[in-house]
Amino acid sequence: MVELSKETIQEIETAAAKYPDRNSALMPALWAAQRQFGYLSEEVLEAVALAVGVPKAKAQGIATYHTLYWKKPVGKNVLMLCTNVACTLMGAETMLEHLERKLGIREGGTTPDGKFTLMEVECIGSCGSGPAMVINETFYYELTESKIDEILAKY
Amino acid sequence: MEKLLLKNADVPNINDIDVYMSHGGYLSLDKAFAMGSAEVLDMVKRSGLRGRGGAWFPAGMKWQFCVEVDRFPKYLIANADEGEPGTFKDRPFLEKDPHQLIEGMIVSAYAIGASGGYIYLRGEYPDAYRILNAAIDQAYKKGFLGKNIKGTDFSFDLAVHSGAGAYICGEASALIESLEGKRGQFRVRPPYMATHGAYAKPTVVNNVETLVNVSHIINKGAAWWSGIGSKDSPGTKVFGISGHLNKPGLYELPMGVPLRELIYEHGGGIRGGKNLKAVIPGGVSTSFLTPEHLDVNMDVKSLQEAGSAIGSGATMVLDEDTCIVHIVWRAMAFFAHESCGRCTPCREGTDWMMRTLARIDNGEGTMEDLDILKDVSHTIHNNCFCPLGEGAVMPVLSSLKYFRHEYEEHIKGKGCPKGLRARARH
Repeated sequence: MVELSKETIQEIETAAAKYPDRNSALMPALWAAQRQFGYLSEEVLEAVALAVGVPKAKAQGIATYHTLYWKKPVGKNVLMLCTNVACTLMGAETMLEHLERKLGIREGGTTPDGKFTLMEVECIGSCGSGPAMVINETFYYELTESKIDEILAKY
Repeated sequence: MEKLLLKNADVPNINDIDVYMSHGGYLSLDKAFAMGSAEVLDMVKRSGLRGRGGAWFPAGMKWQFCVEVDRFPKYLIANADEGEPGTFKDRPFLEKDPHQLIEGMIVSAYAIGASGGYIYLRGEYPDAYRILNAAIDQAYKKGFLGKNIKGTDFSFDLAVHSGAGAYICGEASALIESLEGKRGQFRVRPPYMATHGAYAKPTVVNNVETLVNVSHIINKGAAWWSGIGSKDSPGTKVFGISGHLNKPGLYELPMGVPLRELIYEHGGGIRGGKNLKAVIPGGVSTSFLTPEHLDVNMDVKSLQEAGSAIGSGATMVLDEDTCIVHIVWRAMAFFAHESCGRCTPCREGTDWMMRTLARIDNGEGTMEDLDILKDVSHTIHNNCFCPLGEGAVMPVLSSLKYFRHEYEEHIKGKGCPKGLRARARH
């Protein structure tokens, strides 16, 4: 079984203290574990469940319910492109095709060198400046093909 | 009009409590404490403030239900899970001017008698998570949060809870389920949140934009505040306008601003001088409007009369070259992805409609598919517990009403006239 780091356990306990019921610490715990391990494997889910004090099935249920918990390994950089209505109106689909060409992978895939995972996601709250994408935690707006080339070169 | 809510959004370092206070921040606390909680509640009721998340329920009435319950502790939750496509109106309060939200929450909690508070923040806003937490720490240090705030017997603790990407958690009861560590799924009412909300305690869930209005109402008075906007829905609104506009973005305007003014004045008109084809006025779960509706006022009643809804005020503008079928497919792909899976009509129906729309978009549709879309829509309508499925039906039925010819073109021409294709996601 994998081991949660001291920092992760500390994060879980700090979170738990904010709620009247320890079960509420499950989502913060999954976030903390994802930061430590990169993604939430079966073993990680088991360790998180144990630390929070819930059945593993519950941790699994929460992990699979949410888009932003990774259930399988992801690349060093996770690129999330919004293709919802507002971004599609501004040309997000062309951007998706460009990203797929440029990275040599299909949406949902990871580059062979493990550098990028490309995901198509629902609205990221950037509708007034689409097409938009997020790489890890950085937002990029008003994308064009050449802008994407410049952005990717930075990673 | 002078801005009220976004007035300080671009002031450098307004997220710092001292800068915020030098701009008049946190003044409503003293005023509210001097008035007493009953008077604060009364003032909010008199202002006519309505919930700005999409349902437009009177905020004072919602609070009243909770005040009447004689069980403690009570909770106040800020719904910062904006995820309705087209919506980005709460970002300034979460990422730039967080103290305005915290101040509004303290005063609201005081009126309700809540001792615990959470900001349920969507997982897609990591910057806001850090900024809100830092602002909350500052507010604790100043004694605006915690025990015996400013020497009163009122105590209020506040924390941020980060979601992880689930649209449905923006619905109040699903949000509470999620806060409690469960899958965010709708709770059947009764019991209502006012009596059995978070941790089965009396709870109020208010949208971020609703809460930020509260300190302004206290500072300037209910009569002054309700003098802005339209009679049925007073105040200002942060309209997020997007799509084929010259100047998309956030605009704080009085409720009831005409749609034409919103698009052509504030939004700078349609890009490339093109003609307008359609407008989605309040997020993808509201019905399409057409150029004939341009003179509608952007308020609750007027948009309802026009056959749509104001929703979150997320207005998406589509020019003459837009393929409606493709856009409706996109909207349905969203609903199918975000359906929580609990009610069969929504879970199966959104997926079925997504596949039917994709078929039409890709030239493999038949005229019978149009009947299927209508049939499935009516099966979802009124047969699900929560509004997600209801919302999914709106773009379908309204597009069939106004743009049926585009569907027929796709079917008869065996494909999209604009050459678009609906692509299945992995």
